[in-house]
Amino acid sequence: MYPAQFDYRRAGSVDEALGLLQEHEDAKLMAGGHSLIPMMKLRLAQPPVVIDIGRLDELKGISEAGGSVRVGSLTTHAEIAASDVLAARCPVLAEAAGHIGDAQVRNRGTIGGNIAHADPGSDIPPVLVLVGASVHLQSPSGTRSVAAGDFFQDLLMTDVGEDEILTHVEAPALGAGTGAAYLKFEHPASGYAVVGAAASVTVQNGRCTAAGLVVGGVSATPTTVDVSSLVGSDLSDDAIAAAASGLDAEDPIGDIFASGDYRVHVGKVYGKRALAAARDRAS
Amino acid sequence: MTVSIQLEVNGKPVQAAVEPRRLLVHFLREDLGLTGANIGCETSLCGACTVLLDGNAVKSCTMLAAQADGASVTTIEGLAQNGELHPLQEGFWEKHGLQCGYCTPGMILSANYLLAQNPSPNDEEIREGLKGNICRCTGYHNIVEAVKYAAERMS
Amino acid sequence: MARVLGTSIKRREDPALITGRGKYTDDLKAEGMAHAAIVRSPYAHARIRGIDTSAAEALPGVLAVLTARDVAAAGIPGVVPVGWLLPDLVTPAHPMIAADTVRHVGDAVAVVVAEDRYLARDAADRVAVDYEPLDAVADVVAALEDGAPAVHEEAPGNVAFDWEIGERESVDAAFASAAHTVELDLRNNRLIPHAIEPRAVLASYDSSTGEMTIHMTSQNPHVHRLLMTLASLGMPEHKVRIVAPEVGGGFGSKIHHYADEAIVGLCSMKLDRPVKWTATRTETNLTDAHGRDHSTHCAMALDADGRITGLRVDTAAAMGAYLSTFAPAVPTYLYGTLLSGQYDIPAIHCHVTGVFTHTAPVDAYRGAGRPEATYVVERLMHLAGDATGLGPVEVRRRNFVSPDAFPYQTQVALAYDSGNYGPAMDRALEMIGYDDLKSEQASRRDNGGKQIGIGFSSYIEACGLAPSAVVGSLGAQAGQWESADVRVHPTASVTVYTGSSSHGQGHETTFSQIVADKLGIAPEAVEVIHGDTDLVQFGMGTYGSRSAAVGGSAIVKSVEKIIEKGKKIAAHLLEASAEDLEYEDGNFRVAGSPDRSLGLGDVALQAYLAHNYPDDLEPGLSATSFYDPANFTYPFGTHVCVVEVDTETGSIELLRYAAVDDVGNVINPMIVDGQLHGGLAQGIGQALWENAVYDESGQLVSGSLMDYAVPKIHNLIPFELDRTTTPCPHNPLGVKGVGEAGAIASPAAVVNAVVDALAPFGISHIDMPLTPEKVWRAVNS
Repeated sequence: MYPAQFDYRRAGSVDEALGLLQEHEDAKLMAGGHSLIPMMKLRLAQPPVVIDIGRLDELKGISEAGGSVRVGSLTTHAEIAASDVLAARCPVLAEAAGHIGDAQVRNRGTIGGNIAHADPGSDIPPVLVLVGASVHLQSPSGTRSVAAGDFFQDLLMTDVGEDEILTHVEAPALGAGTGAAYLKFEHPASGYAVVGAAASVTVQNGRCTAAGLVVGGVSATPTTVDVSSLVGSDLSDDAIAAAASGLDAEDPIGDIFASGDYRVHVGKVYGKRALAAARDRAS
Repeated sequence: MTVSIQLEVNGKPVQAAVEPRRLLVHFLREDLGLTGANIGCETSLCGACTVLLDGNAVKSCTMLAAQADGASVTTIEGLAQNGELHPLQEGFWEKHGLQCGYCTPGMILSANYLLAQNPSPNDEEIREGLKGNICRCTGYHNIVEAVKYAAERMS
Repeated sequence: MARVLGTSIKRREDPALITGRGKYTDDLKAEGMAHAAIVRSPYAHARIRGIDTSAAEALPGVLAVLTARDVAAAGIPGVVPVGWLLPDLVTPAHPMIAADTVRHVGDAVAVVVAEDRYLARDAADRVAVDYEPLDAVADVVAALEDGAPAVHEEAPGNVAFDWEIGERESVDAAFASAAHTVELDLRNNRLIPHAIEPRAVLASYDSSTGEMTIHMTSQNPHVHRLLMTLASLGMPEHKVRIVAPEVGGGFGSKIHHYADEAIVGLCSMKLDRPVKWTATRTETNLTDAHGRDHSTHCAMALDADGRITGLRVDTAAAMGAYLSTFAPAVPTYLYGTLLSGQYDIPAIHCHVTGVFTHTAPVDAYRGAGRPEATYVVERLMHLAGDATGLGPVEVRRRNFVSPDAFPYQTQVALAYDSGNYGPAMDRALEMIGYDDLKSEQASRRDNGGKQIGIGFSSYIEACGLAPSAVVGSLGAQAGQWESADVRVHPTASVTVYTGSSSHGQGHETTFSQIVADKLGIAPEAVEVIHGDTDLVQFGMGTYGSRSAAVGGSAIVKSVEKIIEKGKKIAAHLLEASAEDLEYEDGNFRVAGSPDRSLGLGDVALQAYLAHNYPDDLEPGLSATSFYDPANFTYPFGTHVCVVEVDTETGSIELLRYAAVDDVGNVINPMIVDGQLHGGLAQGIGQALWENAVYDESGQLVSGSLMDYAVPKIHNLIPFELDRTTTPCPHNPLGVKGVGEAGAIASPAAVVNAVVDALAPFGISHIDMPLTPEKVWRAVNS
C-alpha cells in the first residue's frame, strides 16, 4: 500500500520525456499509472525514477487519418469506449475498452499503459492484433511502427525499447461488410479476461470474404486462430464452430481459477460465439 | 524530494509539498483530514477510495497526489451543498443502501459519476456502472434501490 | 402514539456515514502518533535463526524495532489465548511475536515503529530475518496423513481435538436396516471474511497515569480488553480502555483477539506515545481468522417411506496454525448440534477432528458452524429426494419436525423451542412459481442448451448462544449473557448503554425502537451508547446473531425495572398505591381513574429532585440488567435458488433467489431485510466464487482481491424475501436473530440448484466454489 521512494519527473513534451529516459537508468514511464502504481504499492516495482508523461497532450486523442484511426497512447479507456470515431470506424476496439476493469479504472487507465504492460488478461491486445493495428514508438533516434501481432512478445513483455515511448496506435477502419465482436469471459475477482475473443467477419454479396479470430488470455500473448476455412463458406454455425476449434496453444497459461486446458476450451467456445456475433453484425 | 502541487479540493484551493510516492488517498485522508475516502484493498478493486477528479470517478489509491496537481477533486465531504444532502446521499439513507458505511462514500461518488453519464439507468446499467465498488454488507440489493431513488429525484 | 416496533425507521447511524463524517479507527489521529509496520513470515513453516534489525533501526525516523526478545524482556504474558476449551484440547502457546518458529505465512516476527507509515514500511523491508524453511502442510486432510509435517510438537498427528456427539450405535443400526442410503464426501471451502475495513488499532499509552486507550476494530471491546490485558500485555484491566469507533464490518473476523493488536499495544507502552497500525488488505487476509475449511464424509439413512432414520457425519476441521479465540467451539458445538436441521431424525452421530495446519487460524465467520451443518444436511436432503423418488420438496416435508412437536429435543443436544416449518416452504414455492419452473426445466432438458436448476435449502439456525451455565459446561471461558444500563434523564430522554457492539447492524436505531416502544416515547428521545469499555460496563459484544435476542432483551429488562420504580414514585406523588398504577404511552395512571396520571417526565424529574419522594426509595431513574437467555433462539426458513448453467463452459448465472425466513418478531423490517441480503451475498459467494487457496508450500495464493472473488454487484441479482412469524417463546421481544441466516441457508440452495440443473449428466455433487471449470469438468466426466 506504500510505494518505495522514487524521484518524480514530469515531462512537458515527448522529447523531454525521451531525454529523461536516457538520463535515468531504470526509470519508469507513467501514463495513467494504472499498471505501474498497483505494482509499486505492492513494492513489486521499485523504480528509482518515475517519469510522468500523463500530461502530454500530443499523446492524447482519437482522430481519423486516411483509412485508419489514430489513438494517442494517453487516451483513456473511457474515451475509447465512448468515441464516435471508433464507433463508426472500428467499434470492436471501443467495445473491448468498455470491458476493461470498471468505470474508475477506465477513467484513468490508458491504451498505451495498458498495452505496454502486456497483461495476458487485458482486453485490448487481441483486438489490436485482430484488426491489424500498428503500434507507434518514438526514441531519440526517430520513430518506428510495429504490427500489433509482433508487438506482444511474451508475458508482460513487448517490443518497446528502453529508450522508447509508445506514442500512438493506428487501427485500420473496418471495411465495408465487416462485422467484428469482442466477447469476454471475466475473472470474478480481478475483472481481467480469463479469455477474451475478438473476431471479425466480412461478408460481400452474401458470402464470406474474410474472417479473423484472435483470443487473449489463453497464452502469454494473443493467439491468432486460422479461420480461413470460413472464407467462401456459408458461415453456418457448424462452419464457425469448426473454424474456432482450431484454437491451439502450446503452453497455455493457467491459475487457480482456470487451468490451461480449460482456457483453451473456453477460447474455442468464446471464439465461436464471437465469430457468430461478428457474422450477425456483418450482415 | 517533494513535489509542489496546487489543486482544488471540494471547491477550495489547496497547496502542498508532497513526497512523490504519496498516494492521493493518503494526501486527502492524512494531510487534508478528509477521511471520507477509505482504503479497503491494495489492488485497485474495492473502490472505497473513489473520488471525483475533474468530474470523473477515479480510485484515489491508484494515483499519486502529484498526478492530481492542477485538478479539481470532490470527496464525499464536498457532495452535500449548503447543508442539503445530495439526492444520492438521501437515497442511500432512505433505501438502507449502507450498513457499516465503509464503502459508502466511494459507492456514492461512483453512483454520482454514473448518473452524470446516464441520468436514468436501468438495474443492469446500475450494476454494471458500480462494478468497481465492493460492498461486503448489503448484498447490493438496496444500493441499486438507492441509486434508482436518486435518479428519480434528480430527473 | 404511532407503533415503533416493527417499523422501518431510517437509520440514525447514516447521516454521519453518508457524509464522510463517520470516524473509523484509521481516521483517528492522536498527538505524537507514530506508525507501526509488522514484519511477517514469508514462509508457512520455518525456524528463525536470527533477526538483524540494525539496518531498520538506522533509518532516520525509525523509533523502535521490537522482536520476541523485547516481548520477553517486557515481562508480560505475551501470548494470544484460546477462549473455548474442549476436553483433551491440545493448546500450544501462541506467542504475540514468533520467537523461534513461524507457523503460517503472515506470522509476526518483528514490528517497526516510525514517524510515518511509509517510513515504517521502508524500515520493515530492512529487517533481515534469517529463516530455515521447514516442510509445511496447509491442507486439512494432508495434515492428518502419516508423516505430515508437525505444526506443533505437542500435537501428534496435528490433532487439536477429537470430539463427538450423538450415538454411534443407533446410527449404525439405522443404516443396517435402511431402505435408502445416500452419502457424500464434501469440502466446505475456506473463506476469508473480507470486512471491507481492514483491521486497525490506535494504542495510546500514557506513562504518567499508567493508562492506555486503545481504539480498534472490535466487535466486542470488553472481551478484547480482557484477553489483551490478561494474556497478552499483563496490564491491569481497569487501566485499559478499549473503544470501537465506527467499525467497517466484521462478520466474525473482529471478534477474535489477534497478536497484531497486542503488539501495537506493546509498542505504545515501550515508546510512551500513541502508535497506530492499519492492516493492508494483504495483511488482513493473511492474518484475519478464516472461516469453514472442513473435509466431511456424511451419510443419511431413510426408510421405505422416505423418513430419515439416521445421519452419520465425520469431519476434519482445520484450526490453522494456532487456536483462535473461539475456534474449537465452531466445528463442534456450533456444528454438530445443528445436524438435525428442520427434521425429526431419530439417530445422529457426528465425529469431528480438529486439525492444525500451517495456515492462518480458522474461527467464527458469519454463521460459524451452522452454514457447514446446514450444507451437510441440505446436500444430503437433495440426494435423499432423488434416492427416494420423492423429490426435494416432498422429502423435506415428510421429515419436518411437526408443528405440534415443540419443544423438540434433537439427538444432538439442542432443544428447539418453537418452529413451524411447512408454511415457509409453502410460501417459498408460491413465490418462485415452482410448477412453472419445473416445466421450463423439462423443456430445456428436451431442447439442450443452457439448463436451469432449482435448489432448496430448509435451514435451522441457533442464535444467541446460551445459557451461560450451559456454554460454561461446554468449555466456553465466557458467559453468554448481555448487559444493558438504561438511564432516564430528568427531562425524560433516555440513554442506553449496551454491551452489544454494532459494526454496521444498526443497533442504535433498533435499540432506540425497543426503548421507545416500551416507554411510549419517541425514538429520537433515546440515545444508544456502545463500544467503549469506559462508558459501558462489561458486555459480550455482537456476534452469533445475538444482539436483538440477548442485548435487546437486557434492555427490556432494564426498562421494566424502570417502569416498576417509576410506578412507586408516581404512586407517592399521586397518593395512590403502586399496585394500582399502570404505565401506558409514557404515562403512569391510576387504574380506573384516568385523570390521575403523571407523565414519564414528571416522574423522572421527581426521581432526581427527590424533594417529595418515597422514604424507602433511592433517588434516580435508571436500571442495569444482565440478561442470560434460557435457550438459544431458533430461526428457520426455506430458500429457493434458480440458476442457469451454460453446460458448454460451466458458467452459472443466478436467475432467481427467493427466501422465506422466520426470525420471530421483527423490530425494524428494513434492517432485517438488509441483514438477510448481506448474508445471502456471502453465502452465494461461498457457493460460487470465494475460496482461500493455499498451495502445497503453504503460500496463500488467493490472498488479494485479484484472486479471491468477493461478490460484486454485477454478479448478484435482486433478492425476493418474505417472512413467516413464529415468535421466540422465551425472550420478552419474541425475536430470534437474523444476521447469519442468509449465509447459513444459501450455499446449499445454490449448489442444489446447480446439481439439479446437471441431473441429466448424472452429476450428484460438485465442491464449492462452483467455478466454471469444475462444472465443465463434471459435465464432461
